[in-house]
Amino acid sequence: MDLSLLIILPLITALAILLVKGLKQVRIVALLGAAAQLILCFFLLYFYYQERTKGSAADFLFQSGYIWYEPLGINYHVGVDGISIAMILLTAFVVFAGVLVSWKMEKMNKEFFFLLIFLSLGAYGFFISLDLFTLFFFLEIAVIPKFLLIGIWGSGKKEYSAMKLALMLMGGSALVFVGLAGLYFNTNVNGAHTFSLIQIAHQGIPLGVQKVFFPFAFIGFGIFTALFPFHTWVPDGHSSAPTAASMFLAGISMKLGGYGCLRVAAYLMPGAAHYYSTIIIILACIAILYGAFATMMQTDLKYINAYSSVSHCGFILLGIGMLTKTAINGAVIQMVSHGLMTALFFAGIGMIYDRTHSRQVAQLGGLMKMMPFISTVFVIAGLCSLGLPGFSGFVAEMTVFMGSWEKGDLFYRLATIVACASIVVTAVYILRAVGSSIMGPVKNNDYLKLGDAGWNERLAAALLIIGIIAIGVAPFWFTDLINPGTDTIIQKVADVIK
Amino acid sequence: MPLAGFVILGLFGRKYFKNFSGIIGTGLLLVSAALALYTAYQYFFVNGKVDGAYPSVTAVKYTWLSFSEKVSIDMGIILDPISAMMLVVVTFVSLMVHIFSLGYMKGEERFATYYAFLGLFTFSMLGLVISANLFQTYIFWELVGVSSYLLIGYYYDKPSAVAASKKAFIVTRFADLGFLIGILILAFYGETLDFNTLIQRLTEHQSSQSIAITTASFAGVTALTWGLVLVFIGGAGKSAMFPLHIWLPDAMEGPTPVSALIHAATMVVAGVYLVARLFPLFTLTQAALGIVTFVGLISAFLAAIIACTQTDIKRVLAYSTMSQIGYMMFALGVSGYNGEAGLGYTASLFHLFTHAFFKSLLFLGAGAVIHLIHSNEMKDMGGLRKYMPITHITFLVACLAIAGIPPFAGFFSKEEILLAAFNSNKIVYGIALFTSGLTAFYMFRLYFSIFWRAAGPSPLERGWGEVFHGEGTFSMKLPLVILGACTIVAGLIPFGEYVSANSKPLASHVDPVFSIAPVALALAGILLAMWMYKKESSRPQQVSAALGGLYKTAYRKFYIDEIYLFVTKKIIFNLIGRPAAWIDRNIVDGLMNGIAAVTAGISSLIKGIQSGKVQSYALYFFGGIIALAIIFLYLWK
Repeated sequence: MDLSLLIILPLITALAILLVKGLKQVRIVALLGAAAQLILCFFLLYFYYQERTKGSAADFLFQSGYIWYEPLGINYHVGVDGISIAMILLTAFVVFAGVLVSWKMEKMNKEFFFLLIFLSLGAYGFFISLDLFTLFFFLEIAVIPKFLLIGIWGSGKKEYSAMKLALMLMGGSALVFVGLAGLYFNTNVNGAHTFSLIQIAHQGIPLGVQKVFFPFAFIGFGIFTALFPFHTWVPDGHSSAPTAASMFLAGISMKLGGYGCLRVAAYLMPGAAHYYSTIIIILACIAILYGAFATMMQTDLKYINAYSSVSHCGFILLGIGMLTKTAINGAVIQMVSHGLMTALFFAGIGMIYDRTHSRQVAQLGGLMKMMPFISTVFVIAGLCSLGLPGFSGFVAEMTVFMGSWEKGDLFYRLATIVACASIVVTAVYILRAVGSSIMGPVKNNDYLKLGDAGWNERLAAALLIIGIIAIGVAPFWFTDLINPGTDTIIQKVADVIK
Repeated sequence: MPLAGFVILGLFGRKYFKNFSGIIGTGLLLVSAALALYTAYQYFFVNGKVDGAYPSVTAVKYTWLSFSEKVSIDMGIILDPISAMMLVVVTFVSLMVHIFSLGYMKGEERFATYYAFLGLFTFSMLGLVISANLFQTYIFWELVGVSSYLLIGYYYDKPSAVAASKKAFIVTRFADLGFLIGILILAFYGETLDFNTLIQRLTEHQSSQSIAITTASFAGVTALTWGLVLVFIGGAGKSAMFPLHIWLPDAMEGPTPVSALIHAATMVVAGVYLVARLFPLFTLTQAALGIVTFVGLISAFLAAIIACTQTDIKRVLAYSTMSQIGYMMFALGVSGYNGEAGLGYTASLFHLFTHAFFKSLLFLGAGAVIHLIHSNEMKDMGGLRKYMPITHITFLVACLAIAGIPPFAGFFSKEEILLAAFNSNKIVYGIALFTSGLTAFYMFRLYFSIFWRAAGPSPLERGWGEVFHGEGTFSMKLPLVILGACTIVAGLIPFGEYVSANSKPLASHVDPVFSIAPVALALAGILLAMWMYKKESSRPQQVSAALGGLYKTAYRKFYIDEIYLFVTKKIIFNLIGRPAAWIDRNIVDGLMNGIAAVTAGISSLIKGIQSGKVQSYALYFFGGIIALAIIFLYLWK
């Protein structure tokens, strides 16, 4: 299967959105495009399984590439492993749901859908890149449209938030670039430098160089995934963004960072990852627990979910920092799980906000009476967030805990216990939010005449919930999918530690 | 045993289809209960003993999630005496509650939701009971917790119900944190999560795992003890043991049949079940058993005292539940593994078994009363024996059973517990004996206050008027009668024959001489309650006035709620949460904004251009990157 389809398809959709006239056509084109992405991704999954059952043991399947700029050794080179496929599936789910919940956008629909689809192009490109330059290129594509999405369609202090988000993410990109450049100039393939991920991994980078450039790449990607203390763009960015942008931002953008930390920082610089693991673990634990406590005090639903994202993304970094097979598996599961769950959460919040025009926990109340469907969606997202078995969050967190506990030292033990403790704090803030906004007496009588979800919202929520439950109830297929990918990474680490 | 496995799977399959209405729900549960009974029958009587002991069979095993080569979650079904017994108890009580609810919940707006939640609960509870894997237990443990949360908060527009459901979930979640870490410890050293393998490896003398877990220690305590105590904390949370009991009385905000099912008969004994399941490991460490005994005893005693002072009938029952579970816990704590020493184990599970019947009967009886009176307060009741004869008689039977009067069920199980305590530790026995007297007192205080005391106003005066519907529907009376009958006969089962610590039959006999003291004390309690509460009088006030501060302290539940409130509100919210949020907004974010401001300042100094447009920033950004690339290209080498 030609992976470039994943880039071409959103591109065609985006262009078609620009060309068609009329609101209705724009919506339909966007929806068809997103649906086609979803179908394509399932085909990809199918072909992947087919290849694997045939016994293909290559690290990356479906590779293809073109020379882009020869003098600098820049290639367009793509390929996937199980981890990338998991992330690609996540992207397709979130984008499809995002188009659905934006169905009744009030202004500038054409531009909005164009940017949304364009973002997905960046994300797909990022997840399939096997060339560091291409990877960086797509990372940038996935950053810039977000500024516009928040600045134009946002709410609240949107200009400030948009600026803050763009600057911090660009700062992250700059660090990433330094890290990548550092790698590039320390390769030597027949006398020339290379950006090729596979070649760099094969060749290895001297440990001294790794130690210099690992922090750049890791912090750079870490900013995307809310690494403490560089997480402050998350609350402002999310709370100002329109629903679909929030979904994309938390569901996918933050995972670009996690994926980058894993694929670039840990895979290409395993020695440094091992060297810096203590610091990573400490920062991750701070993010997990401190993020959870900060969430407890928030009063705006979007802030609650944004801070809880900081806490949940801490698990991704913790899993990566622990550098055991199980923990890294947990990190990957958490990426997908959190992506689906947080998208569902933001979708639910968006649906509530569209109707009540309020996101303040104190003003809402008793929504279960008027909007049982939306309320149930909200409760499910909450339960997934607090790690209830049967939902994906549980599988992810438990895998991270198990993986972290495998390390015998007291330091790792304490870190695991700190991370475990967050399940209690999470329960507190989730139940607070659910208890006072969904349950309880109706506080505002104007809300009594509000209606429940429309077909588009129901479909979007159902899709995301299916994803969450598919991992939560039957996690074995998912671990099977990602296992070869994480094996490759952990093998590199194991070689170094020896 | 594959047959039994198949049977239970069938039962699962049925449960997965959500029950959308009362009849369907009840019908499905009837099937489940029949299947459970059949399974138990097959297990105990057809397959029977192997080498004089009931075998522990793992019927189904499927790898659900594998963490590493060694540790994985294998979903399975374990059949041994205790799980077979629990299957029967859970399905049977659940069936009774389903039937009762047909009448009790009639006309509720969310009737179907109610039955769906009940179905979810029963499914999770059965899953918990048959778990073959420690982690599987944890999974269902959480599911049970959430179904309890949903059912307590069933009246979601009532703020007190919402608060209670939240409290129940969070307190048990806190305990589950202990459970989780305990699992991590046991799994790490045992290198498995499977119950049978785990127990076999760790109890086996000098196996590498047992050496590892007993030599590793933290803060002077072995890893084994740590693991078991932490697991016990999880059990104590679910079973409302002191000091994690505070959620149980509040949980009475849920519909009464739910209280009968979840907060009396099934979920709250999960902690006892968990300790019993891991009992062979607990016997390896006296420290862990000592903690179990201590916590159980304190809970039994404290709850009995509090129960004497409460006025809400459901809260009295809640504290009584806590007290009885305390009995089960310390019975496990004083038990040994083999032969006669294992009496406590048998007694504990026997009490669990009989308690399930009489306590759910009490709750359903209370439910019938509340259905009629529309109040939980004792002061609104009195003289009800005329209007609800069936409820009256069955309630009396249950009270006699819990007070330990022969020949009702509670007598036999409680005597065994007391005997086990007597054999092991005289102080434990003394406190337990005194508590059993208290039990009789508070139960009959309840009984006389509801059904006797004042003749009470006539139905018309109570406002029942024309719509007086008597005791409730047939579906409400039937479970009362069935449970009443069970309460009378359940004690006669030779329980030790089937359930014992080492799975070998244990002859349990009650010595009449030994029984004199407890029964006499129980009778004294009953007479005291009769003297104080049978007729309207000022005696209760006099007594409480005489006790003064002591009464008030007990009435305020020893101020434990206030202590919790202080810790959570004052310390956690104000000293951790609020500063964390503030620091984040002002210091961390301030730092980031500061960096941005400094950068902006510098750039405006240098360039004098600050358009505020991100496009131009992007331009600079790419410009910078190109510059950086050039620097790298030419200067790095």
